[in-house]
Amino acid sequence: MEIVYVYVKKRSEFGKQCNFSDRQAELNIDISPNPELALQFVERNPVDTGIQCSASMSEHEANTERFEMETRGVNHVEGGWPKDVNPLELEQTIRFRKKVEKDENYINAIMQLGSIMEHCIKQNNAIDIYQEYFDDEEEVEVTEEAPSAKTINVFRDPQDIKRTATHVSWHPDGNRKLAVAYSCLNFQRAPAGMSHESYIWDLENPNRPEIALKPPSPLVTLEYNPKDSHVLLGGCYNGQIACWDTRKGSLVAELSTIEFSHRDPVYGSIWLQSKTGTECFSASTDGQVMWWDIRKISEPTEVVVMDISRKELLENALGAISLEFESTLPTKFMVGTEQGIVISCNRKAKTPAEKIVCTFSGHHGPIYALQRNPFYPKNFLTVGDWTARIWSEDSRESSIMWTKYHMAYLTDGAWSPIRPAVFFTTKMDGTLDIWDFVFKQCDPALSLKVCDEALCCLRVQDTGCLIACGSQLGTTTLLEVSSGLSTLQRNERNIASSIFERETRREKILEARHREMRLKEKGRAEGKDEDQREDELVVDLDGLVAKAEEEFFSVIFQELKKKEAEAMEKKPKQQRKSSDMDDVEEREGGSEEEVEGEEVPT
Amino acid sequence: MVEETLQRLQSQKGVQGIIVVNTEGIPIKSTMENSTTTQYANLMHNFILKARSTVREIDPQNDLTFLQIHSKKDEFMVAPDKVYFLIVIQNPTE
Repeated sequence: MEIVYVYVKKRSEFGKQCNFSDRQAELNIDISPNPELALQFVERNPVDTGIQCSASMSEHEANTERFEMETRGVNHVEGGWPKDVNPLELEQTIRFRKKVEKDENYINAIMQLGSIMEHCIKQNNAIDIYQEYFDDEEEVEVTEEAPSAKTINVFRDPQDIKRTATHVSWHPDGNRKLAVAYSCLNFQRAPAGMSHESYIWDLENPNRPEIALKPPSPLVTLEYNPKDSHVLLGGCYNGQIACWDTRKGSLVAELSTIEFSHRDPVYGSIWLQSKTGTECFSASTDGQVMWWDIRKISEPTEVVVMDISRKELLENALGAISLEFESTLPTKFMVGTEQGIVISCNRKAKTPAEKIVCTFSGHHGPIYALQRNPFYPKNFLTVGDWTARIWSEDSRESSIMWTKYHMAYLTDGAWSPIRPAVFFTTKMDGTLDIWDFVFKQCDPALSLKVCDEALCCLRVQDTGCLIACGSQLGTTTLLEVSSGLSTLQRNERNIASSIFERETRREKILEARHREMRLKEKGRAEGKDEDQREDELVVDLDGLVAKAEEEFFSVIFQELKKKEAEAMEKKPKQQRKSSDMDDVEEREGGSEEEVEGEEVPT
Repeated sequence: MVEETLQRLQSQKGVQGIIVVNTEGIPIKSTMENSTTTQYANLMHNFILKARSTVREIDPQNDLTFLQIHSKKDEFMVAPDKVYFLIVIQNPTE
């Protein structure tokens, strides 16, 4: 027993000892009942009281531990033979059978059963009771039900030290498998002993991952090759690119060399459309986008630096945090940066400087997701800071549509592959929002709280019905959306395209107006004859200052000479001499001030 | 007599096979090959017993008279008796 508190008092301070003694009981007060008080009260008869007559019960809850189940097949073997008959011996079985057939019971039974059976057989042949009667009638249109989504399955990180699920990729054929990349994105805060493994899950079995992939460093992104479903591309936390073939096992098949890889975690990696199906490219926050061929993955085939001043300087480069590539536009790709700028690039440009075509800025923070609309590739969705924005390539100054500022940071977003007007976003408070802007523009059509921790990544399956989202504690949740959100509505494509066009036009008009206003401002400040010079924004300050000084001094000297000449004519010599000096000084000061007053606005 | 009955059944349109099983699951007579017979006999046996016990549990006075399993490709029909089951596999042609 540990000593919690020690109370110290000096013996001299104790005081006199208490000596207790016994004493007879004394009656101090005796109040006898006073019958007269009873007159103030009235007896109540009958009295209503509630009684309950039932068995007292208590409520208990119990939850069993999770039962580990495994699927196995059972093989049927012959059985049931009586002890004296050996099933393998053909003679014995035949003998047994013959014996049974001679049994009277048997004969009767067969006769009876035979007739029943015959009846049913004939019935079956006469009419097919399962025939489709109303085949040619068209399916009735689905009634408008409220959009909903429900969780189908949850895949938890089997490791004890939980890692964030940073990227999810669906299997290209059949979508029965999910590849999830796990890593810890907090800089240098990955706990010791954290496993580097990432998993491929089979949707049927959420208890155990189907295959574990073992990279040298945790994977930040993981993508299936759309052409070859056995090959996966992974981007590592240390900047390397790794490649797996699931037929060969869980160790890395190909790995890029550290010297030529990225210097920062690889945040985006996408397979390219090529005849060989072996080309891919990757982007990282070190500001580089590299192209690789996995057959020779030791070096990148091409490197582009994300420097928007087009000087290819790595120091100026912006860190890339998301990558976008649409196979229908194979020469273009887009990079979302940490600084909130989207850079649109052309792969086929001759000089590296021309690779960067244009930039779109509008976000206050890193752009975590970037995707073109699968139906209208000119419009793309970006997700970053607290909003999601939709842009049009034609409108470079600002986005054409945007959501309001949310309470939580947005972490990922994706378009629905089936409906052009629907997109999904995930937030740091664990909610998944489904937006349908032909239905409602200011709020999401459906907002679901998937889990308590932050959701970090999102991926929609090609059919548009299933969504997988990964959370900070490594839990991947599989949700199914209601059919209303995953089937193309009537006229939706036209409506969506008209919305995009309308918003683009609005932005263009606003842009034009802004430009006009800016021009007017400049015109007013610089004076009327400088209207033509509005384009030159870069002003040579030094030159201006020198010019101003020259003008200043020349004007002063002119003034001085003028005053001197006037003074000489008007006043007598002596006065002139003294007053000249005073006048000159005064006027110098005065004219200086005047001149200064004129010069300042320029 | 028995042979005639079974022949008659076999000659009906779409009938693929006939098996006679006893309560222990031993195929007594069959028109199909051995391995198929064994498999069907074993699988059906459990199913028939289960169906029968289900019917009787709901109403002890009741008993199973006939069992049909209609699948995409075939139809399995079972006529149960106290000691024997008659199983017929038919492919209903439309």
